Amino acid sequence: MISLKKLGVVGIAAALSLSFAACSKGGGAQATSNSTAAASGLVELSMWTHNAGNKEELAAVTSVVNDFNASQTKYQVKLQAFPQDSYNQSVTAAAAAKKLPCILDIDQPNVANWAWAGYLAPIEGMDDVLGKFLPSTVAKYNGKTYAYGYYDVSLTWVTRKSILKKYGIRTPTIDQPWTADEFMAAMKKVKDSGDFQYPADLATGWTGEWWPYGFSPLLQSFGGDLINRTDFKSAQGSLNGDAAIKWANWFNQMGKDGYMAKKSSSDPSQDFMNGKTAFLWNGSWTAVPTRKKFGDDILFAPPVDFGNGPKVGGGSWTWGMSTGCADAAGAAEYLKFAAADKYVAKVAQDTNNIPATDAAAALVPGFEEGGQNDIFRQYSKKFTVLRPETPGYPFVATTFEKAAKDILNGADPKATLDQAVADIDSNQQQYS
Amino acid sequence: MSDTLSHVADSHADATVAVAGTKAKPWLGPLVMLLRVVLCLVFGLPLVFLIVSSFKPDNEIFAALGTINAFLPVGSLSLDNYSGVIDRVPFATFMMNSVLISVVTVALGLLVNSMAAFALSRMEFRGQKLILGVILATLIVPFETMALPLLWWVNQLPYFDGSIGWLDTYEVQIIPFVANAFSIYLFYQYFDSIPKELDEAAKVDGAGWFRIYRSIVMPLSGPAIATVAILTFLPAWNSYLWPLMVTQSEAIRPVMVGMDYFKQMTGSTGTAWGQIMAYASMITVPVLALFIAFQRAFINSIASSGVKG
Repeated sequence: MISLKKLGVVGIAAALSLSFAACSKGGGAQATSNSTAAASGLVELSMWTHNAGNKEELAAVTSVVNDFNASQTKYQVKLQAFPQDSYNQSVTAAAAAKKLPCILDIDQPNVANWAWAGYLAPIEGMDDVLGKFLPSTVAKYNGKTYAYGYYDVSLTWVTRKSILKKYGIRTPTIDQPWTADEFMAAMKKVKDSGDFQYPADLATGWTGEWWPYGFSPLLQSFGGDLINRTDFKSAQGSLNGDAAIKWANWFNQMGKDGYMAKKSSSDPSQDFMNGKTAFLWNGSWTAVPTRKKFGDDILFAPPVDFGNGPKVGGGSWTWGMSTGCADAAGAAEYLKFAAADKYVAKVAQDTNNIPATDAAAALVPGFEEGGQNDIFRQYSKKFTVLRPETPGYPFVATTFEKAAKDILNGADPKATLDQAVADIDSNQQQYS
Repeated sequence: MSDTLSHVADSHADATVAVAGTKAKPWLGPLVMLLRVVLCLVFGLPLVFLIVSSFKPDNEIFAALGTINAFLPVGSLSLDNYSGVIDRVPFATFMMNSVLISVVTVALGLLVNSMAAFALSRMEFRGQKLILGVILATLIVPFETMALPLLWWVNQLPYFDGSIGWLDTYEVQIIPFVANAFSIYLFYQYFDSIPKELDEAAKVDGAGWFRIYRSIVMPLSGPAIATVAILTFLPAWNSYLWPLMVTQSEAIRPVMVGMDYFKQMTGSTGTAWGQIMAYASMITVPVLALFIAFQRAFINSIASSGVKG
């Protein structure tokens, strides 16, 4: 049993440790950095990124920051990295405490909400530069630009040429994607063969943003949408009209017929690479591991045309500045500096994502015209539908996720979508 | 005083004899054993899966899912996931932070909560029961509902260096969790079972309240101390939401936040499942070791205080 004396010793030792650690925020690192910046007469600009644990992207962003700092006699950017999975919570907590950094990266669909909430300040004086960026990499709200990104990602049907050949399935092209009938016929052929656990994997085991990002393009391809985009006030008719119900029935039937798992595993790419599935609906980020596994046999097919044209989601991580920044001019200067093509190319290359500008794409091996990854850039240019740029988007996203999951698990499509529309319409009232 | 102590010891011994004297029916033996085996499998297999998977590459983890191989050390076993963890996360920093935060929280918690419970249990003053009632009432308020107001509050506090706000410090991860209603209740309940005659005997010998607390009540409360220590340590070690909200620098993040470093949807590597298993193994081992070290006292205390999990 612990004696009181021992306990006292532990307590005193612990308290001493605490006292050593005390009186310096950020474990001393921040204080040191502040004093270094102050000693050199530079104004420090704090910057947050979601890249902790993502070595490649963090290194790329750090190199941009280092270049900026080296070019400066006035400002010094200090980068802090947070893990992606909990980044939004960290930012909203900091906003609640009025401790937002000057510069931060934001997942594109959150920009409108954060701008409406007063977290973000508009970026001005960059229209010429940002005019050369892919539209999906420039985040706008109420006619103002709030953020821009170095890259985008695209959705694709990942499959193998050998599978298409074996089952006599036509190889689709960007100009002639699969029709709904072709796709369903392919599902049936593969299912009937019994060669795979499931013909397709739509990553239904993922949660959160994947559902609107991955599945609203399918809904849009049927002719529906998450919300009416004329005024973003209501989802009536878009999310519960005939086209949306057709999508819901199809989605439900995919699960019911055993064409896909109602809840797939945590890592659908691994299942695809392990031969458990034949078609994987996923993002362009799967290109590196799947190409490594299957080499030239891999095929990144365009999205299926379910009647209203093929669609993919758009928008990834973007950079903006906060309203709480004490030196907005410094933050704006960094954002202008960092938008150069060479930095767009650097970050896109190191993360294997679609470069935001044509000039940057030409600098990134694989994304140049005709390169092996150029197809993703073409999909992005041709098929992207941005997630609705409304402050209510986070609610729209979670409502859609719940409705889609319910439908997949057998809920009545019409009643479920009607309820989702009622919920979204009610929530959107606060933004009118 | 020694008479009273031997009386307490005798009654504990009587209770032990009474429990030992209770004979189970013979046919119950195999059934209980079977139940134990099933429970062992239910609770043990996830741990086996965790540790075994930490040595496998991602593709083999997923290939083995749904088969017995998921629990067996077969395939391409290596320490790659562990080296990957060290490469991706400042593990030593996170571990040191968690140890510091947990140990200090436990040490201060034992002191503060036992003193509060001592006052409520042994001393007599007006409003004693009301104070105890109010403290216990706070048990029904989940932390999540208090997180934002607490964040606002700690952000208004003056800090040691003269600045305002405690965000991004060790203190903000410790101080709010020192005083704990459940710990006070555990101590209170245990202290109440210690005969008050001991206090009176000590007072006759000239001892004050602090001497009684330090030299009589606390030395007799080993099981309660062990229970409170482990019940304070576990949430401090597992703390996730609060550090996420209040830490901004990598230098002061605890281990649980580190778990998020392995989940990336985009990027060339995607989610590193093998590394997640390796990291989870690395942060679980200290807690398991602690539980094994304290389990006898912990179980004794639960048995004697009647507290259920």
